[in-house]
Amino acid sequence: MIQFEASELKQVQTKESSSTALRIFKEGRIGFATASGGGDVEALVDMAVETSQFGGPASFQFPSCQDYSEVCTFSPEPEKMAMETMVEIGKELIAKVKGHTPDILCDVQITKGTSSVSLINSQGDEGGYDKSFFGLSLEGILVRDTDMLWVEDSESSCRSDLVRVHELADRVIWQLEMAKEKAAVSTKLLPVIFTPIGVASALLSPLVLAFNGKSVLEGTSPLEDKLGKQVFDKKLSLWDDATIAYGVGSYPFDDEGVSSQRLPLVANGVVTNFLYDLQTAALAGKKSTGNGRRTGGGSPSPAISSLVVEKGEVSFQEMVKDMKEGLIVEEVIGAEQGNILGGDFGGNILLGYKVENGEIVGRVKDTMIAGNVYQVLGELRGIGQAARWVGGILQTPPLYCSDVSITTKGN
Amino acid sequence: MQTFPLFGAKATIRGMRDLIAEALKGHNADYIEAHFEESQATSITYRGERLEEISRARNCGGNIRALVQGSWGFVSFSRLDGLRDKVALAVEEAKLAGREPFNLFPTKPVVDTVVSQLKRDATTIPLATKKELLDNYNDIMLSSPKVQSSRINYRDGRRQRTFANSEGSYIEQAKTDLALRLTAIAREDSEVQQAGLSLGSNGEFSAVEGLHEQAREIARRAAALLSAPQVKGGEYTVILDPILAGTFAHEAFGHLSESDHVYQNEDLRRIMVLGKGFGGKHLNIVDNPTISNLRGSYKYDDEGTSAKKTYLIREGVLEGRLHSRETAAKMAETATGNARAINHLFPPIVRMSNTFIEPGSVSFEEMLGDVEEGVYVKNWYGGTTSLEMFTFSAGEACMIRRGKLAELLRPVVLTGNVFTTLHNIDAIGTDLEMNQGGGCGKAGQAPLPVSTGSPHIRIRHCVVGGR
Repeated sequence: MIQFEASELKQVQTKESSSTALRIFKEGRIGFATASGGGDVEALVDMAVETSQFGGPASFQFPSCQDYSEVCTFSPEPEKMAMETMVEIGKELIAKVKGHTPDILCDVQITKGTSSVSLINSQGDEGGYDKSFFGLSLEGILVRDTDMLWVEDSESSCRSDLVRVHELADRVIWQLEMAKEKAAVSTKLLPVIFTPIGVASALLSPLVLAFNGKSVLEGTSPLEDKLGKQVFDKKLSLWDDATIAYGVGSYPFDDEGVSSQRLPLVANGVVTNFLYDLQTAALAGKKSTGNGRRTGGGSPSPAISSLVVEKGEVSFQEMVKDMKEGLIVEEVIGAEQGNILGGDFGGNILLGYKVENGEIVGRVKDTMIAGNVYQVLGELRGIGQAARWVGGILQTPPLYCSDVSITTKGN
Repeated sequence: MQTFPLFGAKATIRGMRDLIAEALKGHNADYIEAHFEESQATSITYRGERLEEISRARNCGGNIRALVQGSWGFVSFSRLDGLRDKVALAVEEAKLAGREPFNLFPTKPVVDTVVSQLKRDATTIPLATKKELLDNYNDIMLSSPKVQSSRINYRDGRRQRTFANSEGSYIEQAKTDLALRLTAIAREDSEVQQAGLSLGSNGEFSAVEGLHEQAREIARRAAALLSAPQVKGGEYTVILDPILAGTFAHEAFGHLSESDHVYQNEDLRRIMVLGKGFGGKHLNIVDNPTISNLRGSYKYDDEGTSAKKTYLIREGVLEGRLHSRETAAKMAETATGNARAINHLFPPIVRMSNTFIEPGSVSFEEMLGDVEEGVYVKNWYGGTTSLEMFTFSAGEACMIRRGKLAELLRPVVLTGNVFTTLHNIDAIGTDLEMNQGGGCGKAGQAPLPVSTGSPHIRIRHCVVGGR
């Protein structure tokens, strides 16, 4: 990883790590332990046995031998790329952004990596795959007196040639251009366009939680009894897809050895599936959807691979033109602090622009947004015709919503 | 091939010292340091009636950081074999960059061993005892009216760290940590509300014992929120309880005091000028890792610098900031011992320790008495900052009407500009309390054990979000 800080190359990092996770069934109970740093297998087994005395009941079977579908997750290019080339990419990106705004300070990271996953269980299943990664991210800060403007964006893929430096630079420059002027906004309900980054930062968390089979099983998901029902706008379709070629979130099988798939979650506004791992699926009387993932380093649990929101028919320009008065929201901070189980989102608009009479007039400040995803996505004014990846795990077009609560200083 | 465990019977301290000293010798670098770490952790998670996970983990590994011509190379690894080659790789990486050379802030080489001293070390308590205690709390929450589900996240751990550098320092430090979060989730029809409690300690198990009444209380609160109204969004006078005010001090001002945000940013340096007024004379904000037995306490930071108390704001005036050896050198200030890494996979960066607002002189009753209409916000739920703007959310809130606490509100989110808000603090209470719940995240390193604290404080003109 190459790190630029305040537009200068600061640090070069190389990381190597390995870890082993062991899950056992002993006398009908689950035990789980992990170890990194290699070595002591006995200690790993002892820890797993110790935890199994208190572990939850094993309600499922490990999958037996299966044929995994081919999912492209590896390309040799990232590994081959020289550190010097990565440094050049960083310099090129910074030069282009500074060419637009000379005073901006950019923190840039260029990361490449490879990993290898192996899985084996006592049912005879055995599998393995390699994964490559290439990522490029930029965070820029521009300070004027006590006013700070933050811009950021990133690109990532398993293939280095799919990470486009100039498109990333252009998007950041667009943010800087739109944020040049400041615009006033007052406390009221306004139509809002969430850009792809805006969708990720404001709306994603409550949805991910609601589609998690665990929330559904325990009855805390607002979607618990909505399978097959119209919950979202008819224009909205959403799926989880672990099979996308060279997707950062893709895999041929999940961390329990279950084959990955493309799983529709919302089809034309109707809730069609939830995400399951083996244990949750067994308790709920369902089948694992291949979403059992060790995301936090703990034992497998339902989690998304990559989420994809289907493209719509409206161009971004048309959406903006349509607004008499409204906001474009790029980035919200603190959006995950409210009652996200209930679908609420709310926070400070770190980067957002005011629209007046179909024109973007400048950046809003000291402004909060608050809403509920079920209300906001229940009726959409429009879905953008162009989608893009955000953070390697969400592909979405901009979403155009009505009547979102905006609060600002001075009422 | 030599493998871990590093700190097992096979490796004596003398042996380790020599091995590291040998590997660091004779490279063409301005400075090299090595970190080695062996850690273990236990985590127990409940989700409703189900004990969702009980797991144990052991990790070990290390890293090398090298400074050449003003740039850093960093190599982390999980096996110790070929240590000299790893040092050489870090030096090579550093040479790729070549910035303006600088000398690190000078610190005296230290040779020391720090052990943790606990009455009842959580990492040695049997799993059965932990589970029985958590079972009790879970039963209490789940048997409460309208409570649909619960969450319990318990985690304890111990890290044994070794630090050595090319200047001759060799420090071994052991640190334990304990964190617990209880959450009750109430549901009525399609309405879902939750209430929670976060706490922790330096590994002392008693911190998580005897919470039965608190468990009952959060269950009651979650149920009460189902029928509570949402605050009307707008500007209010708010009173923050010690937990939330401590979060505010950490999020809103503490991060701004981390010099790695400041040292290369000319504009921010102009804002954060030492001696500049940031609030009233009653305002004192401190970061202090030397207080014993808090989660953010330590004797040496991860660059081997001795920890010290730092006044960030004294009597309303910016007095200091948090430094690593690099930022201190570049700003011609003193290293404060705030370079910390969450584990061996990351280089140390500037972090807080125990950050708090010192007590003032106004009682809670006096603070409340003056407020015609306002919001009393309590308990931490989350907080984040972009340096200038902060957002934090309260786990609990109620209206203040005519100087008295009035109706319960749904959880609220507060936001503002830190510079304006600090000036708008018009009363600081006498009742300082430190909060041990939660952890801090920065640059992908989370959750780092820290603590925050404050007395009650009152802020005028604060934006409160609602619908």
